[in-house]
Amino acid sequence: MNKSRKLLSGNEAIAIGAYHAGVLVATAYPGTPSTEILENLSKYKGIYAEWSTNEKVAMEVGLGASYAGVRTLVSMKHVGLNVAADPFMAAATTGIHGGLVVISADDPGIHSSQGEQDNRHFAKLARVPMLEPADSQEAYDLIEIAFDLSEKYDTPVLFRITTRVAHSKSVVELDEKRISKERTKHFHHDIGKYVMLPTNARNRVPNMHKRIVELTRYAETTPVNQIIDGDGKIGIISSGVSYEYAREVFPQASFLKLGMTYPLPPELVQKFAGKVKKIFVVEELDPFLEENVKLLGVHVEGKKHLPRFGELNKAAVHHAAVQAGLLDRANPIAEVTLVKNLPGRPPLLCPGCPHSGAFFVLSTIGKRAKVLDSEGRSEEETGLIITGDIGCYTLATYPPLRAMDTTACMGASIGQAIGLEKAGVNSKIAAVIGDSTFMHSGITGIVDAVYNDAKITVIILDNGTTAMTGHQDHPGSGMSAQGTVTEKVDIEKLVRGAGVKDVQVVNSFDVKAVRGAIRSALDNPSLSVVIVRGKCAVINRVRKNPRQIDLSKCNDCGVCVMIGCQAIQKRNDKLYIDSTICMGEECRICEQLCPKKAIGPVSGKPAGE
Amino acid sequence: MSDLDQTKQDILMVGVGGQGIILASDILGEAALEKGLDIKKTDTLGMAQRGGSVTSHLRIGQKVWSPLTSPAEADILLAFEKLEAARWVNYLKPGGLAIINNLAIPPLSISLGSQKYPGDQEILDSFKQRTSRLCLVDGSGKIAHLGDTRTLNIFMLGFLSTFLPLDIDSAAWESCLRKQLPSRILDINLRAFEKGREEALSVNIR
Repeated sequence: MNKSRKLLSGNEAIAIGAYHAGVLVATAYPGTPSTEILENLSKYKGIYAEWSTNEKVAMEVGLGASYAGVRTLVSMKHVGLNVAADPFMAAATTGIHGGLVVISADDPGIHSSQGEQDNRHFAKLARVPMLEPADSQEAYDLIEIAFDLSEKYDTPVLFRITTRVAHSKSVVELDEKRISKERTKHFHHDIGKYVMLPTNARNRVPNMHKRIVELTRYAETTPVNQIIDGDGKIGIISSGVSYEYAREVFPQASFLKLGMTYPLPPELVQKFAGKVKKIFVVEELDPFLEENVKLLGVHVEGKKHLPRFGELNKAAVHHAAVQAGLLDRANPIAEVTLVKNLPGRPPLLCPGCPHSGAFFVLSTIGKRAKVLDSEGRSEEETGLIITGDIGCYTLATYPPLRAMDTTACMGASIGQAIGLEKAGVNSKIAAVIGDSTFMHSGITGIVDAVYNDAKITVIILDNGTTAMTGHQDHPGSGMSAQGTVTEKVDIEKLVRGAGVKDVQVVNSFDVKAVRGAIRSALDNPSLSVVIVRGKCAVINRVRKNPRQIDLSKCNDCGVCVMIGCQAIQKRNDKLYIDSTICMGEECRICEQLCPKKAIGPVSGKPAGE
Repeated sequence: MSDLDQTKQDILMVGVGGQGIILASDILGEAALEKGLDIKKTDTLGMAQRGGSVTSHLRIGQKVWSPLTSPAEADILLAFEKLEAARWVNYLKPGGLAIINNLAIPPLSISLGSQKYPGDQEILDSFKQRTSRLCLVDGSGKIAHLGDTRTLNIFMLGFLSTFLPLDIDSAAWESCLRKQLPSRILDINLRAFEKGREEALSVNIR
């Protein structure tokens, strides 16, 4: 057998595992920490992989492919499954034809999300089986099992990972084979199974319950659930990365390691309980395992001592174990007294970011700059409310810009703006949304604004990519996930087609034009759209003629600092531009804004020569 | 991980987004993989990439469970920037090795005048509470003649390589760099790596 040993992230392992399991269709919308699964799958020949417009569409495309009999993988971040919940529940009801595995990448500790939620509940809600790998090897191995389960039990399978599994690298032994099980790409007409009229749905629902009973029997004997005998004093029930922490914190303990966390195996749990004196459940976020084990009548402890939110780590597990009286306090190592008031380092818009100019303009409108405190708070309305959305541009919330007043979920900026306007606030309202987010779920908002005559301005920041998650293509970029040229969905035509009459398109690096367009749009008493277009600085790597500050002209007014550009720094109370990161010629936003004309190219030549 | 494991190394690399920290830790991970060891590594990704703090936990040994290293557990703290070093000192184990690039990248709050960048002495004093094996290295200065500041990560990796009990020889390192780096930047990085090794051999913190 051909084996090779590789250092892989959980996401890479899932992609290879899915390929080896014979997946033929893969769909996703980018979202940390799930993005790399589809990125890796899209490189394989013989697989169809797409960036879908959003997670709901990804799930629907996946469901269609599954109905055609092929193995299909749909991946998304935890909040993506909220968007896709409707077709996910439908898939759980109709069942599948080709294996359908749905990956939910949860983000405990909120590394890069708008919230924290434990998507294990979705398995119980939808009455589908759930697998949870603890490291990359398990991610690779469990994916194949997930497809087998899906087909055997006529159900989508929820494959739940977390940031620490998705993005950690560990050693994987790969089996260099490819399942060549010939799958029939064939749709079997079956109205009773696929058309969820109430009469048909009523007939499907008992199947969902029946399969959970059958899967419970499977859970008793599957090797993915195993008892690891220790000294019997302490028994740990755990899964996912929490298991890895627990193995180090409790080297002597017995373990019930669950690779399948829904449904649970009652007899195996009882057998384990009979082998150990006390049981401690180690899991991140909600007491999902704990509550389900308690329903089996087994006495366990867990969340009485472990935190119910945030990520776990060894120290947190150890601390909880001491509290629970399971372990002795470790010899304390005196904590180092850190340097006082260490400045934080929040992420910022990149030097040369095309969004900087628009946000600078927005930050100066009304009384925002004057009235907002450093936390972006003010009892008094500023004259301009900026509803925001999800992407790099959400970083414009941080000082100095403080140019965002709300961010909820993908696409919410437009609906929120409509709501604020209809409620009758005194300020003008601008909704700011990126191009990829607009495609994802801004379009329905625009249609609502047209239909309901919303007096708002929608600013679409079009940098031609899905930047925050690492520059994936989208319907407006003209390129597919697999690198083929496709029809570009034209944002301007789209909003005009929806009925917006006041639509302006401006170059994001022309500050005067951006200011003019935003001001005139805000002055328009009805709906207006400004598309601010410029290439993402990370994609446009052209860096020439970095700018510098002529200190003989500079009066230290601080305007350039208010752009929030990382390249504009202060050393020994003197402003300077870091020439190694300044974008130079292609940006020039600071140069256009400097009231003293103190900023110019290092070469000394005026711009444009 | 067993304390008896001679190959056990917990390494925490810290710095600022854009300094090439994750690539450096990837290369070290691959080198350890070649030695047949177990490895777990985990990085901060996503939002923190955009000029924010970056950390990479790399744990090597016969068998590694947790991908995250814990406070007072890192054998080595490799810091690419001073303020970031100061932030993570508690992760170093007592008597552990701290390698700090003598470079200040002031965050925006400094330019805005609302906060102050810590002084060298303050930072070193906080480290001295944990260890005397402390080295402030002028990485950015030492690679200046190479003409590309982006080779700092490979210089730091070269420096670090001389302190690892993993028995990876020069040829193995070179082959690893060859595999991980695009060919157009390979030569300059091989020189940066060698420069890092030379520099490490001249300091007395072993």
